[in-house]
Amino acid sequence: MIENQLPIFRFLVQLGDDALILSQRLSEWCGHGPVLEQDIALTNISLDILGQARLWYQLACDHTSESMTEDKIAYKRDSAQMTNLTLVEQPNGDWGRTVMRQYLYDSFKKMYYSRLSETHYASIGEIAHKCKTETNYHYKWSKTWVQRLSMGTEEGHTRMQDALNRLWRFHHELTIPSATDLEISAEGIAPNPADLKDAYLEEISSFLTECTLTIPDDKTVITGGRKGIHTEHLGYILAEMQFLQRAYPDREW
Amino acid sequence: MTYTGNDVIALLKEVADPEIPVLSVVDLGIIEKVIVDGNRLYLGILPTYNGCPAIDLIRLMIHEKCYDAGFRDIEIEYLKTPHWTTDRISPEGMNSLREYGIAAPDKSTRIDQLIHGISTIRCPKCDSSHTFLISAFGSTPCKALMQCKDCHEPFEYFKCNGIPND
Repeated sequence: MIENQLPIFRFLVQLGDDALILSQRLSEWCGHGPVLEQDIALTNISLDILGQARLWYQLACDHTSESMTEDKIAYKRDSAQMTNLTLVEQPNGDWGRTVMRQYLYDSFKKMYYSRLSETHYASIGEIAHKCKTETNYHYKWSKTWVQRLSMGTEEGHTRMQDALNRLWRFHHELTIPSATDLEISAEGIAPNPADLKDAYLEEISSFLTECTLTIPDDKTVITGGRKGIHTEHLGYILAEMQFLQRAYPDREW
Repeated sequence: MTYTGNDVIALLKEVADPEIPVLSVVDLGIIEKVIVDGNRLYLGILPTYNGCPAIDLIRLMIHEKCYDAGFRDIEIEYLKTPHWTTDRISPEGMNSLREYGIAAPDKSTRIDQLIHGISTIRCPKCDSSHTFLISAFGSTPCKALMQCKDCHEPFEYFKCNGIPND
């Protein structure tokens, strides 16, 4: 569905895929948050990000055949055709790990959307602007929680260090450009994620160090999400998320 | 039946935001474009938050209202620009929010200040400014949860996004 499409289509789907899968993951917390307020916070974030996914997919539909819909993009692709980052498909783990994943994602995406909102390509810039504002809001939330949990109790600190150790191998992919990113940035439509690497690393390293956490080594770097090579977790997400459309194709509410 | 743009606005003042029923879609500031041509009507409206589930319902409620008023060819489009911000809420809207028990958006307090315990938000019940943030997120995408230190009333705060980059 995406292989033979224009770079712009693949690019928009890639943006949507990160958002869709993260949103689906976060929604698993609905009704299970540690306290009511934070349960609500996380479902709000999940909903914002789902809204972002929809906007990117809808825009993608303008750049392909008329029969394409946002639902087809979301529900009719299998794992090998999904181009989301491996970071966003990682299991929620405990509350700390979910918060850490969110912090890493928000830290990069706020920089990325900020740059993308300046694009001359108006329809992309408009959506990026809204995503930027929302991501900034999420970032303030996830950052505060990383700090609180890491510097609160010994138990909290241990769990946050464990979360960072587990997720570190996946975060590199945020700043590694996919083939699509390279094509699109060469056309001047969007920033090359690699150009944001230094600022992103500088920001998260200094903040995490401030939070008394130890930055893990870079021995293992997991990539492949952009090429459809995913960790096994994505299959389970899709099995649940796509069940209805697979069992009853094209059914609508 | 001949309607003018202003008549349509008056009509839409009767369409309430489904999640904040004291606020009409006009006071909320989401009606950006009105074009009337006989019984044909075009409306350009602005979404508030990307994932706001009220979006589809609002469109439906507006459609119903205009249909009942006699319009037959109704096009309602969600525009991507200009961006909706809380600056677009009318002064009447701000007052109704307070009366309803929701603290109105306040430009003098940024969300990071609230997170760090600094608040100038006034309690909609007793007007005290000794308030604090319980959670940056509330029952809908546009609200945060707060509490008053004086009367102890928990209340909702309509998040302010009228400041650029915030």
